[in-house]
Amino acid sequence: MDLAIPVILVIVKVLLVIFVVLTFVAYTTLLERRVLGWFQVRLGPNRVGPWGLLQPLADGAKLLLKEEVTVTAANRWIYLVAPLIVVTCALTPFAVIPFAKDLYLDRIFDQAASKFVLNTGVISDLNVGILFVFAVSSLGTYGVLLGGWSSNNKYSLLGGVRAGAQMISYELALSLSVIGVLLLAGTLSLTQIVEAQDSVWKWYVFRQPLGFILFLIAGSAEIGRTPFDLVECENELVAGYQTEYSAMKFGLFYLGEYAHLLFLSALMTTLYFGGWQGPFFPPIVWFLIKTFFFAFVFIWIRATYPRLRYDRVMAFGWKVLLPVGLFNVMVTAFVYTLWLQYRG
Amino acid sequence: MEQIFFYILGAITLVSAFLVVSLRRPIQNVLFMILMMVGLAGLFILLHAEFVAMVQLVVYAGAIMVLFLFVIMLLNLDQLKMPPPEGSHVRWWAGAVIAFAVMGLIWLAFKMYLAPEVPPVEQAGASNTVVVGKALFTTYLLPFEIASVLLLAAIVGSVLLARSRS
Repeated sequence: MDLAIPVILVIVKVLLVIFVVLTFVAYTTLLERRVLGWFQVRLGPNRVGPWGLLQPLADGAKLLLKEEVTVTAANRWIYLVAPLIVVTCALTPFAVIPFAKDLYLDRIFDQAASKFVLNTGVISDLNVGILFVFAVSSLGTYGVLLGGWSSNNKYSLLGGVRAGAQMISYELALSLSVIGVLLLAGTLSLTQIVEAQDSVWKWYVFRQPLGFILFLIAGSAEIGRTPFDLVECENELVAGYQTEYSAMKFGLFYLGEYAHLLFLSALMTTLYFGGWQGPFFPPIVWFLIKTFFFAFVFIWIRATYPRLRYDRVMAFGWKVLLPVGLFNVMVTAFVYTLWLQYRG
Repeated sequence: MEQIFFYILGAITLVSAFLVVSLRRPIQNVLFMILMMVGLAGLFILLHAEFVAMVQLVVYAGAIMVLFLFVIMLLNLDQLKMPPPEGSHVRWWAGAVIAFAVMGLIWLAFKMYLAPEVPPVEQAGASNTVVVGKALFTTYLLPFEIASVLLLAAIVGSVLLARSRS
């Protein structure tokens, strides 16, 4: 009994977070289509519900009701599992993102509730939080690779290989850009990183400007968005690794993609913009404002830049981002050590 | 609780390790190898070695196995039929005997050189990463540097190989 109640409460919390994240993911797709519409001086989807607000529901129903096509030449099991890997690896890292300071449970219930770890605004405050994020998202590569390979289609295979190569190349630059923040914060726990940025001047974006730019570029390549969306470059590869997927299996890839986008925005908020910290509003509001701002920035970038050429993307990742990332780590470590010496 | 997790993870690791060597299709072998790595990472977490667990996932499951998969996918090795298992199971038995002998040796070494019954403990007040980092840069600095020079040599060597081909 002592164990059962906290376990059930934690499961409830996890389900709640997943539900909220999935809802936001659905509305990010709407946001993307509406905002792209405005950028391109057209309306975007506005027929379903007021301002098109019910569009995600309609899309979901459409994807669920469509006929499932399983390619006969496909490698059946791997073909079915690949979208699941993508979605799982896109949703799992949300477990370590601190989305609020606490959940006000101690004000609603008595002290008993806050005794559990439950009252924190994060599912699990791992002391290797950021490593966990990179570990899980590096596993996400398999979903894309296997999906492309198992479809038994040239375009899918090429799309999958491109996506895999791009993801592992840019993951290096992404990890390197974060090391600067980790050096300054002296911890891998995302909660402690947020707590260290308790005033605007302590936000790591001001102390790690180069690291932040690297993170933004490598991040948008990691999730395969314009200008790095060679993965599903329509005029070369049809739809890349998703070509042979239909109905809800395609829906899962789509979901994974937008969950990844939202996750990256949340991670950027947490690492560089003080997470839930901010005046006046409650923490969760600040967190959502910042996260959706970055989701908007990614959409903005998509509406602005054309697609790069594949060989240039790879060359840029390995020959520009990686050295600049190493340079950033070295300068940060050097300056930080000097500052520690100076301070005594 | 911890024991249940240990048995589940141990079963995952062992079964997938067995499937890696017994299945006949390269793609299946690679996939079960990844599963084995994930199981191993879980076992590391049970030992309070979170840092090692995450590095296991990032480096082995996330990076090295992706390269294996790339080679199989690009060369289409899966179409290649592996030779059927031989009639006599000499190789199997030789492998099994050697595996058990090695395991026995390791067990003996543990029995002789490790103090018994010291359960792994979480270092109070210091995170796993800090402990590992401090050990690497103080006590084990020389081995650490030697390992990095070795890796550098490997990088230079692979660049050289890739260059001479073109």
